[in-house]
Order: sequence, then structure tokens, then C-alpha cells
Amino acid sequence: MDSTFEYKTDIAWCQGCGNFGLRKIVINALEELEIEKEKLVFVSGIGQAAKSPQYLDVNYFNGLHGRALPPAAGIKAANPNLIVVVESGDGDMYGEGGNHFIHAIRRNPDITVIVHNNMVYGLTKGQASPTTPKGMKTPVQTSGVFEEPINPLAMAISLDASFVARGSVGEFKLTKDIIKKAITHRGFSLVDVFQACVTFNKINTHAWFKKNTYSLDDSHDPTDRNKAFELSLQSSPWPLGIFYKNEHKPIFEEELAVYRNGDKTPLYKRTRDPKIIDSLLQQKI
Amino acid sequence: MTDKHDETTETASSGYQTPHPEGISIVLAGGAGHGIQSIEAILVNVLKKDGYHVFATKEYMSRIRGGVNSTQIRVSEKPVRSYVEGTDIFIPLDQASYERCKKNLKSTTAVLADASKLQAPNTIDIPFEKVASESGNPLFANTVSAGVICGILDVSQEILYEYITTVFSKKGDDVVNGNIKAAQSGYLTGSQLKQSVRLTFNTIKKNKPTQSLLLSGTEAVTFGALAGGCDSCFAYPMTPSTGVFTQMASFAERAGVAVEQVEDEIGVVNMALGAWYAGARPLVSTSGGGFALMTEGISLAGMIESPLVIHLAQRPGPATGLPTRTEQGDLNLALYAGHGVFPRIILAPGDTEQAFELSAQAFTLADQYQVPVFILTDQYFVDTYYDIPQIRTENIKTERFITETTKDYKRYTLTEDGFSPRGIPGFGSGLVCTDSDEHDQSARITEELDDIALEMKNKRYKKFDSVKENALPPVLIGEENYSRLIVGWGSVYNTVIEAMSIIDNSQTAFLFFPQLYPIHHSASELLQKASTVIAVENNQTAQFAQLLTKETGVGIDCKILKYNGMPFSVEEVAEALNQG
Ligand SMILES: Cc1ncc(C[n+]2csc(CCOP(=O)(O)OP(=O)(O)O)c2C)c(N)n1
Ligand code: SF4
Repeated sequence: MDSTFEYKTDIAWCQGCGNFGLRKIVINALEELEIEKEKLVFVSGIGQAAKSPQYLDVNYFNGLHGRALPPAAGIKAANPNLIVVVESGDGDMYGEGGNHFIHAIRRNPDITVIVHNNMVYGLTKGQASPTTPKGMKTPVQTSGVFEEPINPLAMAISLDASFVARGSVGEFKLTKDIIKKAITHRGFSLVDVFQACVTFNKINTHAWFKKNTYSLDDSHDPTDRNKAFELSLQSSPWPLGIFYKNEHKPIFEEELAVYRNGDKTPLYKRTRDPKIIDSLLQQKI
Repeated sequence: MTDKHDETTETASSGYQTPHPEGISIVLAGGAGHGIQSIEAILVNVLKKDGYHVFATKEYMSRIRGGVNSTQIRVSEKPVRSYVEGTDIFIPLDQASYERCKKNLKSTTAVLADASKLQAPNTIDIPFEKVASESGNPLFANTVSAGVICGILDVSQEILYEYITTVFSKKGDDVVNGNIKAAQSGYLTGSQLKQSVRLTFNTIKKNKPTQSLLLSGTEAVTFGALAGGCDSCFAYPMTPSTGVFTQMASFAERAGVAVEQVEDEIGVVNMALGAWYAGARPLVSTSGGGFALMTEGISLAGMIESPLVIHLAQRPGPATGLPTRTEQGDLNLALYAGHGVFPRIILAPGDTEQAFELSAQAFTLADQYQVPVFILTDQYFVDTYYDIPQIRTENIKTERFITETTKDYKRYTLTEDGFSPRGIPGFGSGLVCTDSDEHDQSARITEELDDIALEMKNKRYKKFDSVKENALPPVLIGEENYSRLIVGWGSVYNTVIEAMSIIDNSQTAFLFFPQLYPIHHSASELLQKASTVIAVENNQTAQFAQLLTKETGVGIDCKILKYNGMPFSVEEVAEALNQG
């Protein structure tokens, strides 16, 4: 594969890790969308998944653990013309970043959030993540996880997220198409992607994901929120595809006073006439 | 007060361009909901329009209704800009207010109170509520009291009624007319009072009215930020920093500001960093508790070499502390927030004009040096206002330091002085990459410990040189040939200056630091010249004095500290200086 979006370097992932597959899917999706590279910004947190932008030839902001979403919204506030894609792990997004996840959905910036859901913490060596299935033993959860895992899709649909989907690294075409649709969708798009951590998750393997998932067919109407919610509660087998879409939500950056008149000039290109400050100061006489 | 007044006239003529502790001080106190804020606003505006210099500061309890809130208004012929203890006229609106504020009463204080509402010795009974009822509504009692003060001070009735009309115009004619009637009755009472009762405070003269501004610390920071090119503002509410955020929101449409209330302060600082990365100039406004949450973001700014401007309005801690009170207790927090080593700039304005200038400058400094810049204020500072001359804005030029990128652009290019040209995504043909991990010149993660990783550490350290080189120098006020040197920062500025004017100040000077970190190189020499160095700080451990000693090697001989949640009064500082 030779792509303009590929950055050739020594990659710090284990052989066979699902991150490789998702990287390929993302690169292909970008390629097919013919995105102008200069306008594309990747934002990530910390973790194995969050290293993804390091291996792409794009603008990127690789910030702090759990904190990918606030800078992504900040970037849209500064320049609504940029295409912003967030890529991160389940621990990063739903654990440390849980509060931001909830509020970013409410805020609804036009960004796409791709979560590498390997149901475990990779970089810190195999502790449970918020999506780890019950019963899995780890070096910390030595008697097995007893907490209920987070259901990111159900959570997002309950918050009326603008676009909610699930992909799987094992389903190349399906996942690539979902990501393409997510990027072109206006508003907050969540794409939770099943993938294997071959080193630390011996339960949810590549084969397990293949065996325990199926694709939603065309009969599913993604604007039907109740149905989408019902599907999001299904597991074994887990549905893949676009669960839910709401195209009528106000978009964060478009609601900001600076862009409300439809002028999308980025903030760095704007200058303020000092006379405006003068006239505001006049009120203080 | 009279004696002190005579003394000051003398010292003031010996060369100080300082505010003058003459004039009179009025304290109004009542429960939240008594309308203390609106009497304050009426009086301050009307007195200013009539040619007096005015100052107001408030003290309030952390609740929405009840408790005791008070406001101090100083009125003078000369500029007045600091809090004093002595009260010349005291209007308590209920018993609790009287009890709480009575410690500041002098034998000469005129206490004007409604005897049907409270019992207090030596009061002049004014039935505020009865007069108000006669004007249409007992709720107009606060307007009556404003009228009384205007009557005592001979304020132009025309200005008073005109102001009342504008303030209440939205509420309809009945409210306007009722309030005017209430003010008229009050005014009459005030005029009569002046003639019949011996009011012992000095008479003060008016000046010719000017087009001066009434600006609070909050407003000065907000306007300064706008002048510095601030185009966005992210915050999470926390007293006393919220004012800047709400003020900015009120200007969002007209001045073009992207304002968002974020879910928490962690989100705030990260959103701001994202916005700076994409070329915006966001302001973050917070207080101690919120700032504590931002610590990881400050560290991120250090690593990614991002500009960042944070207004930190201090209040007493630890934890939730005294939410509505004041303290200069967060210098160490700002100084050490964030792990690892990276340069930062800490500014602390002493008055509203400085707040305007420094807040504007903060954006230039942050952008130019790609470092976090903190503007430290405090509750007393942001809630205080007084008249100042017009601020000149026509010369304001927003300087930006971003680079149009080329294909081979690398965000962290190694340079002689450590500063790499800062590109932003979408401006130019290059890519802008930034990373919180240690990285190479193109922001790719590295673990080449003795090579590029070390070079990056050295590069970030190198930036200290220019940041320090260009630090704002301390300002020397008073005697050039001093033997006694007062050092101070932030909101003690005006109080120290005024205190100096009422003491024997020969051989005393005041070294004020508008920039707390890095400290300007001239500080050592200036401190060494003194035989006694006295620190005045509104905190428990003299945080700045400790920093000064650490950076200059010069010891501080005497510390005047206050940390009960209240600002220093002029009298307190003067007394402490007289003893020191
Ligand atoms: C504030 C903070 N806390 C903890 C860490 C350590 N940490 C790094 S990655 C990580 C978990 C990553 O898990 P996940 O997001 O699922 O990504 P994966 O590595 O599995 O792809 C943790 C806890 C950190 N970098 N920062
Ligand atoms: S630890 Fe797991 S997630 Fe990380 S690279 Fe290895 S396989 Fe992938």
C-alpha cells in the first residue's frame, strides 16, 4: 500500500495487533474521500491506539490521556473548515475521558471519533478497561472484572449523538464505509471499532470478534432511535453497522457567535477593529 | 480622620503622585436581596458624573439571599483607589448588617438607620422604608438611601434623576417615577440632615466632570484581553473568576468572540490548547480550585510549546476555602503547576490600567514565546472599581507570531534561541504536528535519550533565557535614595501607595512587581540597596518574598501579611509600616 496518508516509520505496535488493520482502513477511507491533507487534523489521547496519528502523514495534535475531545472541539472553534478526526482507545475515550465523551456528544462539534475498542488497556499492560467483559482476569482484576462494562453505543444513542456506529477490524469494507460516512456526516460521529489486542486480551481475539458479530442489513432505519437503542443492547452476536443518525442537531462551532452569520473565516484570519473595543468602553463612562 | 487628613496634605506635596486618603468613606450593608449592589451602582455612577472621584469595593457572603453584603464607596476630590477601614457614613439596612460592620465605626461616624428596623446607639433615624412606601413601594428603600447620600454630598439632582431614569427605564414609567420620588425624598432628608446635624467628616469638592471610565478589575482584564486579540474564551464557572467569562460572553456578538462553557476545567484548558494549535487566541479564566484541575494541561502546554493565557482570580484555599473572599495565595500554584521543566510567565496587575495593559500583553507574550502566561488577580481586585482616565485603544495592534508553512515544515525545528516557528494547520502547504510525548523535530515520538530527546529538553530550557531577558522590570515608586524598601505585587499596589502617603515616608520606597516570574534582573540590585526590605502580601507565608529570596539571594527583613479573607486596608498597612 502506498498512500499519501501513510507515514513510513518504525511502528511500536505488537505484531498482529488490531491497530494495524484499523490503520489500513482509516488510510483507505481518507484516500477514497480524496481529502485535502492540509485540511485534515487528527487528534488523539494516550495509549497504543492513540499513537495512530504518529503513523499517518497528517496534521495531528497528540495530547493527553483521556483528553482528545476538548482540543478537537477547540480546533473546530478556531477553524471550522478543518476536518477533525479523533482516534483513541477505549480506556482513553470511555475511562479517563468519560466526562468529555458525554459532553462532547451534547456539544456536537462536527468531528469523527474512532475508538479502537480492544476491551483492555494495552499500553499499561493489560488492566481492565471500561469495556472489558465481566469475569476477565487481569493483573489487577485478579478475581475477574465484576463491574458492568460500559455500552458506548447505548450511551451515545441515549444522549442523542448525531451519528453512532460500530465497526470491526475484521470487516474491512464495512468499517471503511462506516468511517467514510462518519467523516462526511455533519456533527459528532462515533465509530466504535472492535479490534484485538493480541498481547493482553486472550478472550476477545480476532477469531472471537469474527464469530460474535454480524452486519446490520439495509432494512435497519438509522433514524429510528428506539430501534437503534434496542440494537445497541444486543450482544453475542454483536451487530455491526450504522445504528443511529440524527442530522438535525445544531453543531457546536456553527452556534458560536463568531460563525452564526455563516461566515466560516477561521479566527486567525480575522482582525478586530479597535473601534469596537472603544465603543464597548464607551458604555463604562 | 481629620488629623490624618492634614498630615497627608503635607506628605502629598512632597512629590507623591499618589491617591490621597482624603474624602469620605461610605459603607452600605444589608442582606443579599436588599439591593446593596444597586445603591452602589447608583451612587458611584452619579457621584462620578457629578465630578467626584469614586471607588467601590464589595464584600459578600457565599449565598444568594440573606447574610450580610456590604459595599464601601469612597468619594473624593482626588483619585481614590483603595480600601480603607475608617467609615464616615454608615447605612446598615438591618440589625445583622449593623452588628457585622460596627467594628469599623469611629466616634465620628454618622450612622443612618431606620430605627424601626434596628437598634443601635447614636444613630440618626431615617425611616427609609416609610419614605419609600410613601413613594409607592417599600422596596424603593435603597433608592431613598442613595438619595440621602446625594443630598448630604450636594450632588446635582438632575444627574441623579437622569441616571435613575436610565437604570429603571426598562421596568416602566411607574417604577421610574416611584424611584425618582423616593430619591427626591431621600435627597431632601440628606440636605436637611447636613444643616441640622453636625456631620463631622470633611467637606469635599467636586471637579469638572470628565469623560472618565468606571472600570472594575474584571472589566479591565476582559477589555485588555480583547485588545490583545483574544478571539475565544473557555471557562467553567468559579467565583471570583466568572465575571471575566460572563463579561466576555456579553461581548461575543459585537467583538467576535467564540465563548464556550466547558464541562470542567480539565476540558477548558485542553480546549484552549486545541484552539491555540489551530490559530485562535483563547482566554481561560478560573480560580484556584479550577486551576488545580488545569495542571496537566499546563504541563501539556510546556511540552507542545503552545501559547496559553490563563486569568487566575485568586480566592482563599485550600479546597473550596472562602469562596467569596480574597487572598493572594496561589502564586506558588501558578509557579509550580505542571510536571517537568518549561518556561512560563506570571503577570500580576496592580490597578485596572495595568490589568488592561498586561492582559493585552499576555497574548503577545504567549504567542511570541510559545509559553503559558498567567494573569494573577484576586477577588478584591476583580470586584473593585474606580474612575480612570480614558483608555487609548487606537494604537493597539495585535501582533501575531504564526508562520505560513512550507512542505518541509517541522514544528519543533531546532534553533539557536530555542524558539521554533509556529505553524498552524491549514495555513501553508506543510503539516503541523504536535505531541505530548517527547518528540523529534517533526513531533514524532522518540526515545533516543541522548540524542534528540535531550536536544528537545535543552531547547525548551533555552527559551528561559529570552523569557527572562524580556521580563517586565519592577516599578520603583517613591524615594530614589531609599533605605527602606517595600515589595509587593497585585492588588496591594494602590493600598501600599496610599499608605505611604499617610506615614512618614522619607527614605521609603515601594518596589512593585507587575511580573512575578521570571523576575527581572534588576531586582537583586534594587533589593540590595535597601537596609530593610518589607514584603506586603495578602497571604500567610509571603509566597512572593520567598520567590524573591530564592531568585535574588536577598533576604526579606519584615513581612506584613494578612490572610483572613479580607484585603489590606490603607490604615492597616500604614500602621504596620510605622511600626516596621
Ligand atoms: C493521566 C494519565 N494517567 C495514566 C496514564 C497511563 N496510561 C497510558 S495509556 C493508558 C491506557 C490506554 O488504554 P486504551 O485507551 O484502551 O488504549 P490501548 O493502549 O489499549 O490502545 C493509561 C492508563 C497516562 N498516560 N496519563
Ligand atoms: S499491547 Fe495490544 S493494543 Fe498494544 S500494540 Fe500490542 S496488541 Fe496492540
